[in-house]
Amino acid sequence: MIRFRLNGKDVGVDAPGGERLSEVLRERLGARGTKVGCDAGDCGACTVLMDGRSVCACLVPVAQADGAEIVTVEGETPELLRLKDAFLRHGAAQCGICTPGMLIAGAELLVRTPRPSEAEAMEALGGVLCRCTGYRKILAAVCDATPAGATEAPPAGQAVGCAIARLDGAAKVAGDVFGADFAPEGALIVKAVRSPHAHAEFGFGDLAAWAARPGVAGVFTAADIPGRNAFSVIPPFADQPAIAASPARFRGECVALVAFEPGAEARLDGFPVSWTEIPPLLTPAEAEADGAPLLHPDRAANLLIEGRVQKGDAGAALAASAHVVEGRFTTQYVEHAYIEPEAGVAWMDGDTLVIRACTQAPGMDREDTALILGLPLERVRIIPSAVGGGFGSKLDISLQPLIGLVALKTGRPARMVYSRGESMASTTKRHPAEMTGRIGCDAQGRITGLDFEGRFNTGAYSSWGPTVANRVPVHVSGPYRTPHITARARAVHTHGPVSGAFRGFGVPQGALWQETLYDRLAGQAGLDRLEFRILNALRDGDASATGQVLQAVGIGPCLEALRPRWREALDWAAQAPGRGVGVASCWYGCGNTALPNPSTIRIGLTRAGDIVLHQGATDIGQGSNTVIAQIAADALGVPVHALRLLGGDTAITPDAGKTSASRQTYVSGKAAQKAGGSLRAALLRLANAGQGATLTLAPGKVTVTEGATRRVIDLATLPTDPRGYAVSAEETYDPPTTKLDANGQGTPYAVYGYGAQLVELSVDPALGTVTLHRITAAHDVGRAINPQLVTGQIEGGIAQGIGLALMEDYLSGRTENLHDYLIPTTGDVPPIDSLILEIPDPEGPFGAKGLGEHVLIPTAPAILNAIRHATGASLTRTPALPHRILAALEGRE
Amino acid sequence: MDYLRPASLSEVFPALAAGARVLAGGTDVYPGQGARIAGPVVDLTALPGFRGITRDAGGLRIGACTRWTDLAEAALPPACAALQQAARQVGGRQIQNAGTLGGNLCNASPAADGVPPLLALEAEVELVSVTGPRRVPLSAFLLGPRKVDLRPGEVLAAVCVPQAALAGVSAFEKLGARAYLVISIAMAAVRLEVAGGAITRAAVSVGACGPVALRLAPVEAALVGPVQGAVDRARAADFSALSPIDDVRATAAYRRSAAVELVARAVGRCL
Repeated sequence: MIRFRLNGKDVGVDAPGGERLSEVLRERLGARGTKVGCDAGDCGACTVLMDGRSVCACLVPVAQADGAEIVTVEGETPELLRLKDAFLRHGAAQCGICTPGMLIAGAELLVRTPRPSEAEAMEALGGVLCRCTGYRKILAAVCDATPAGATEAPPAGQAVGCAIARLDGAAKVAGDVFGADFAPEGALIVKAVRSPHAHAEFGFGDLAAWAARPGVAGVFTAADIPGRNAFSVIPPFADQPAIAASPARFRGECVALVAFEPGAEARLDGFPVSWTEIPPLLTPAEAEADGAPLLHPDRAANLLIEGRVQKGDAGAALAASAHVVEGRFTTQYVEHAYIEPEAGVAWMDGDTLVIRACTQAPGMDREDTALILGLPLERVRIIPSAVGGGFGSKLDISLQPLIGLVALKTGRPARMVYSRGESMASTTKRHPAEMTGRIGCDAQGRITGLDFEGRFNTGAYSSWGPTVANRVPVHVSGPYRTPHITARARAVHTHGPVSGAFRGFGVPQGALWQETLYDRLAGQAGLDRLEFRILNALRDGDASATGQVLQAVGIGPCLEALRPRWREALDWAAQAPGRGVGVASCWYGCGNTALPNPSTIRIGLTRAGDIVLHQGATDIGQGSNTVIAQIAADALGVPVHALRLLGGDTAITPDAGKTSASRQTYVSGKAAQKAGGSLRAALLRLANAGQGATLTLAPGKVTVTEGATRRVIDLATLPTDPRGYAVSAEETYDPPTTKLDANGQGTPYAVYGYGAQLVELSVDPALGTVTLHRITAAHDVGRAINPQLVTGQIEGGIAQGIGLALMEDYLSGRTENLHDYLIPTTGDVPPIDSLILEIPDPEGPFGAKGLGEHVLIPTAPAILNAIRHATGASLTRTPALPHRILAALEGRE
Repeated sequence: MDYLRPASLSEVFPALAAGARVLAGGTDVYPGQGARIAGPVVDLTALPGFRGITRDAGGLRIGACTRWTDLAEAALPPACAALQQAARQVGGRQIQNAGTLGGNLCNASPAADGVPPLLALEAEVELVSVTGPRRVPLSAFLLGPRKVDLRPGEVLAAVCVPQAALAGVSAFEKLGARAYLVISIAMAAVRLEVAGGAITRAAVSVGACGPVALRLAPVEAALVGPVQGAVDRARAADFSALSPIDDVRATAAYRRSAAVELVARAVGRCL
């Protein structure tokens, strides 16, 4: 028996001494506030205090904890309490998966140093990775962990625009319940057998004998899938098996499942599968070569799809241009690297298969899982767990059909937690891109035309390849007037990892090409790089590349807002060699491209007088639980803190669509605004009152006050409506878009958001290393529903842009962990000044536009432009690793 | 017994004889494992005398299970500055609190942060077995990637720095592609003894630029002489003993030029 003190209480466990302390805490003691992100000491999510020292619990043999004092996030030391309060106040928790580790690392520091400097906090927290926040708010919270101030509670009608603390924040700082953190008694442990090869035939030996081994509850292969063993996020492209039949088409593809009894040693060594490697097609060039074998027989030349936009005559316009630049740009596979690997549990509730897992798209999970398992939709219920980051990859199903299959076949709960390596190998990535083309301008610097060709490595299966191929040509002009354009983007299959959705759907790659060329073009035209962009910025009434006449265009004001800093930064850069300044813009259409994209929100008033918001927009950390509630509360006219939130459980909440394409604040927000407005109208009707009346809630009644007149609605006297409420409303909103014609002309989005970022950096001329000094980010969000969440998105998007630009490089089989695959740490994100612009969109709720993806797009090109300004070196490939920068400096690349 | 955490050295040897795997801080053992380590394990962290730093007339003795944080927080002579700087750059704080100096050496990664500073300190390792202790220079102990001169039945008990090597000042330079939690692309440690405006002795070592970290005698020889111009002499010296490779972190050519720069900067910081 190993005994230690856990958060002040004596505990004893009868565990092998070599068991990870994290495993003991979570699985034997049920203390699942401590998270596991990598099991390798690379992410720090599992940080606990052992005798006052922070350690990764995943690396500590429980034998070493014998006699020790262990403190976890569930603890209530004075430092932890102060930090939790500060994290809430500062918006330092987004998805919440890194929060326990951050809190504990901070607590160790505060004991040593009660009022740390930012540099001290940075170093103390340098061992905990966060993928959402960009760290700035976390550092601010640790440096400001003073006793609580009162948090803001806006009155009725004033929630929008208010930086209230996130409504789900208390759970985040307590150690939220993610996919791996809920385990019904007796749940089977499911493990996947995965292909170690990019392309291989495989066959099985004696599966029955394996299934009969002690501790094994069952073995499942493609032959056991009862429904259609093919899925895609875009149904007409369904091509990806949940469990592959031979051949495997990418490294990490699932070929079999083993369900282990709880407590059994869940090891797959010796599983009877044999592999015969087939030469893989690893690059689009190989895949498009004459005679290359086809990954999917119906897709000639391994072409998944080509997206195209054509307006005017780009060739003629470029030929007549005073200045033309031509260039290419190549980008890498980028891994989402959320700190929560995929995890979840499935069980049968009578005839209904229930799946509780991390996801960005419960509605799509339900449809795909039902199809794969051959179940009618009504027999599948999806309960989203807290989601420890998604960024696009958790839009696709991963383990849902796998645990669903096991639960369905065995009738027993089935639980699965991906390892870090498994998560990285088997889930989607950002598309690597090879982009070429030309941009021209006239003698005054006005853009004349652009031609672009992009080839995107879409990997083995379709996933979001069609979306990327369609989005890139629409956006590749950047937010600039471009009268003549020809833009084509091909998504090409290879045996590489499946490329899917990643914050921006290909637009960040296109922006790297376009914005770096813009700097060269401004140079040729003899114009200041910022003024060149301002000159060409789209304005209200201009037509986009798809011929859409735009309104509420915020790019000009964003660029103009950077002018004062730009001048100061240029002066700063001129003072020393190696300093550089760069700028880049973004625009991004919110929601699906030229496709229906509805959200439905329900809001009800119970007979007891509670207001319940059925909020199905999955909050993966970005803040929809808070933003949608703020909008609904103001539309209804009640204090936001009066709302009770129900999550995206498909059994109780209508479909608010997926959390992608920067659509939730705009689309689900608009549905919430309409639903709140409808409920308000219904209450006013009951009271026979006019629009200006105010609502006051009390148990069992609503008081409607209009001038001197007060009417009381006695809720108990009302009949219960079909939704179970005294009064309720449900509204759907679908953005008014049109299909694109053969030339890509039409209205693909109803709302766009805009932004521009300015990067100040220095380059070490001898080592090629980059030090970021400051980033100034101007973003037009239409209306900042919650300014703290807005700056949280900006800072987090910038951190991912930094990673894309400078360090992240996913190489299948080589960087499948978080020490070879580098994402920014606390010390890699500089101070960020956010300038929030509000140019209201007539379509958005309270004028709001989307933001989540926009914020990542300008960062990487602005960094590359600043490197060029600092050194003269034009990099045409990301990541700009030190050796590549040095090679570029020396003219070798 | 699958997991043994003995309080006396005499219990370690039978476990080793029975094939037990040695564990100290755990930071290199656990990655890649399941919920628990398979197979018999002998954990050295409860052994008396295995953790902590002592100094006597002979020099410094650092117990094999001394944590990086212990090193970073200890009061040590300026000659150990490089070692202390390295201690603050191994992994993150959590790794520094758990990881041990002995583990870093026995794991024998070409990018082990502890090695270049210890090479510059002329460190020796103390190995113990049932037949008694033996001492081996660290440079001879490290044979190659993941390969050390540890005989069956032996454990590393301590790292010893001779008194003579505790003279002078030292500095450590680590280069990675991000600020924290980073495996070195290249690193350098330099220890200089200076008297009367001249460098009288120099110790220079470079890591992550070959199968094992190396002392660079030609660079050391070039450094001996006037302080004036020492940084330039370092840059111009012969680094040809390095044999870096291309990998996901950098190219060999880059490592070679970075190593020169890191050494030059470390020299500059010592002066």
